[in-house]
Amino acid sequence: MLGKLTWSAVPFDQPIVMIASGTVGLVATCALGLIVFKGWVPYLWREWITSVDHKRIGVMYCLLALVMLLRGFSDAILMRSQQALAYRSDGFLPPEHYNQIFSAHGTLMIFFVAMPFVIGLMNFAVPLQLGARDVAFPTLNSVSFWLTATGALLVNISLVVGEFARPGWLPYPPLSELTYSPGVGVDYYLWALQISGVGTLLSGVNLVTTILKIHAPGMTYLRMPMFCWTSLASNLLIVAAFPILTATLAMLLLDRYLGFHFFTNEAGGNVMMFMNLIWAWGHPEVYILILPAFGVFSEVVSTFSQKPLFGYRSMVAATMVICVLAFSVWLHHFFTMGAGGDVNAIFGILSMIIAVPTGVKVFNWLFTMYGGRIVYSSPVLWAVGFMVTFVVGGMTGVLLAVPPADFVLHNSLFLVAHFHNVIIGGVLFGAFAGYSYWFPKAFGFRLHEGLGKAAFWFWITGFYVAFMPLYVLGLMGMTRRMQHYDVAAWRPWLLVAAVGVVLILAGIVTQVAQLVVSIRQRDTLRDEVGDPWNGRSLEWATASPPPAFNFAVLPNVEGEDAYWSIKETARAQHVLRDEPEYDEIEVPRNSATGFVCAFFATIMGFALIWHIWWMVGLGLAGSFATFVVFAWRDRTEYTIPAEEVARIDRANRAARRAALGQLQPAE
Amino acid sequence: MSGPTGGGGAEPPAGRAVASRAGLLGALLGAGAAAAAIFALRPAQGGGRGGEPVGVLALQPGPGQTRLQPAPAVRHGGRGGAPEGGRNDPNRVGHGGDGRGRGTDHAERQPASKRIIAGYGFWIFLLSDIIMFAAFFAAYAVLVGETAGGPAGRDLFDLRVTAVETACLLLSSFTCGLASIGVQARNGRWFYGAMAATFVLGAAFIALELREFASMVADGNGPARSAFLSAFFALVGLHGLHVSAGLLWLLTMMAQVFAKGYRADILRRVLCFSLFWHALDIIWVALFTVVYLMGAGA
Repeated sequence: MLGKLTWSAVPFDQPIVMIASGTVGLVATCALGLIVFKGWVPYLWREWITSVDHKRIGVMYCLLALVMLLRGFSDAILMRSQQALAYRSDGFLPPEHYNQIFSAHGTLMIFFVAMPFVIGLMNFAVPLQLGARDVAFPTLNSVSFWLTATGALLVNISLVVGEFARPGWLPYPPLSELTYSPGVGVDYYLWALQISGVGTLLSGVNLVTTILKIHAPGMTYLRMPMFCWTSLASNLLIVAAFPILTATLAMLLLDRYLGFHFFTNEAGGNVMMFMNLIWAWGHPEVYILILPAFGVFSEVVSTFSQKPLFGYRSMVAATMVICVLAFSVWLHHFFTMGAGGDVNAIFGILSMIIAVPTGVKVFNWLFTMYGGRIVYSSPVLWAVGFMVTFVVGGMTGVLLAVPPADFVLHNSLFLVAHFHNVIIGGVLFGAFAGYSYWFPKAFGFRLHEGLGKAAFWFWITGFYVAFMPLYVLGLMGMTRRMQHYDVAAWRPWLLVAAVGVVLILAGIVTQVAQLVVSIRQRDTLRDEVGDPWNGRSLEWATASPPPAFNFAVLPNVEGEDAYWSIKETARAQHVLRDEPEYDEIEVPRNSATGFVCAFFATIMGFALIWHIWWMVGLGLAGSFATFVVFAWRDRTEYTIPAEEVARIDRANRAARRAALGQLQPAE
Repeated sequence: MSGPTGGGGAEPPAGRAVASRAGLLGALLGAGAAAAAIFALRPAQGGGRGGEPVGVLALQPGPGQTRLQPAPAVRHGGRGGAPEGGRNDPNRVGHGGDGRGRGTDHAERQPASKRIIAGYGFWIFLLSDIIMFAAFFAAYAVLVGETAGGPAGRDLFDLRVTAVETACLLLSSFTCGLASIGVQARNGRWFYGAMAATFVLGAAFIALELREFASMVADGNGPARSAFLSAFFALVGLHGLHVSAGLLWLLTMMAQVFAKGYRADILRRVLCFSLFWHALDIIWVALFTVVYLMGAGA
């Protein structure tokens, strides 16, 4: 009746797990209780859960990422403290638990922190920057988000019911095959990623179509803000790379569930094929994450230097070159696995070549800042911190791209330090920059600046204290994923790294405090006008937060830096535009399709993990029924009458006019 | 070769084979990616609705906010192409000429219709689906020789049956095309008739494929027999799964047209369905060639 699921699946005998999951459960129950008690359920259902508005969905993606960041970071604390303690002892984590923790940490941080964060920022900002009313397929967007949330939920269920995968964040066979991982851990990993992977793929399709097909009049490709270009590249990579992940994980699932021999040791299975396939997705994935961050930095650097982006077209070219080259370097992830000297040489050289367009970008940002009147707000701090840190990470990456060096350094903490250097220093700093940059646009008030700066300084010192020792340890020969060790010389460095984690923890606490303080002081931090940073692109041309339809009248784009040129024209001519002719606007209706579909997907995923076959059928039938019900809807849109549009827009115009009243003449 | 720590310096011969197949795999995936890029970068039409100038005022931050004054150099270099901006302004490096004037024809172009957007998005999805097939094709190419002492393709494939399957699928593509014409002509008899014919042909294809699978499994040549058979069942089965999902979709499309009539959003879905069905045909042509023709001939 319940497949492999019994009471023994709940680890009552492991106090750490029970306390952790008990705390999470308690917090979640309290939050849900508060929501029900306060009567917020109808509001949440109407305005958020069933919303198909790209801005709301973007915010929910970022929220998911922030919550999962806390979960993934608690794994990091456990690992660093284990390694600080486990010198000539077993520490406090038994090996099988420690293995689950480093696997869960990587899986969560890549798939459920970094991915939702960048997708959330793209979802929020891209349609606004293009001067569009929404993404191409709004309901599909909601489906994408909720499927991602399903994946995150399944990973977290594994904390209490059963176990998580132990082979690491990429389940290399044969270790991940049924013979060596008979438990449900790998199945949790595989189904969580398959379900959220579908969401990511659909989100990629949606955003590619949006960027290429939907935009304000006159917004030609070479007038798009840089963030739109990097989002385009990133989503093209999603469309091209995520199907490979789906296929690879499907093959592993067939091996595990139906006795296929794709990656087994027996009957002709080929383990190396898994390495090739997974990294044919995995390397583009790195660029899927970093390219949107590059876009955020381009926007931030140009806005706060109050200059156009230096070398805009070279930046576009560099982005697209990275997009293409991303598919040609995957083999550098396994130089040591016997491909031979000639193959290694080619991939080593290609890996170094891909650093060139990235270098172009760094110089473009520097030259944008050069001669600009820079405002050192917290987004700029993240950007500058990124430039320094990312260059260090990039250099160690080029070092690892040299095959002979890789033979010495592979599988060591040097590698761990390298990819944390680029992912924290690149992706996460970019996400934080975007978070503080677009927060006022999303909510109508700015984040507290002082606490934001404090968080930045905690994070960046914490990062260096935590990860520079890992470079040293890697050079000293310490391999990754060690549950205990007995080399005395390593100990001091691991203690330093643990101190770094405490500093990062202080950064995260400061960020939470920043959010709380900002919400409490929202009236003094209010952004009445909609343009708190003197912005350059179209998202700043509308109110904060923008109305459901984004723009009362679609802007007519006449050049790069669309909103800046509009402001320039107004300043030069000392003329205010007349109020436009308002027209009624069609907006897509809310839909529960995404939520209901994800509900059934959760049931299906859980049932597949535990081999509860009737429940699988139930989940499948439910998902199909959801789509049929959606297809049967008669009204998919509602119309906002012209008077209502005018009323909403006039409020914002009044605020802008008031701001203008204090403006001295332009010259 | 077997472990994740293949030794330093030693180079097992299998490593080269894997590398060359990795190249093949890369070529397949690369071709997919390139196709996506080329397709995606065709000039788009202007989207959105109105084209009125935005009613935005010049503005500066309000009280209590950071007061940002643009640097003088910026004023002249503003990307809007202020006339005095000039070509000598270093801030304009990397920006195409005078931003103004260029591309105004785009502004006057008609916005992309929902039909174009839906079809375009579905094309992108199909490309991603084809990439997934490419991964399974690559796996098949790597594992085709790994029969583990079991039967190879020439021992298993009956080209007469596969020819009938192919005929069914190609004909169903033709009838699917007829259904699209029927829907455009708002001719119910054509539409339902052609869709029903498509369903029958698709179902016949699936029945033949299942019969082939069943007889192979009954002979002890199931997917667990060898890596070759694993790859075969996965690749052909994936296509079969797509056709089965297509059949389900076909029925719901008939039901939607029957219940709701020729509504614009339903017509868009019919368009997407026919794109899907034709794409499955294209994949089958590749599959028929690579798996059956090359397998039976080898």
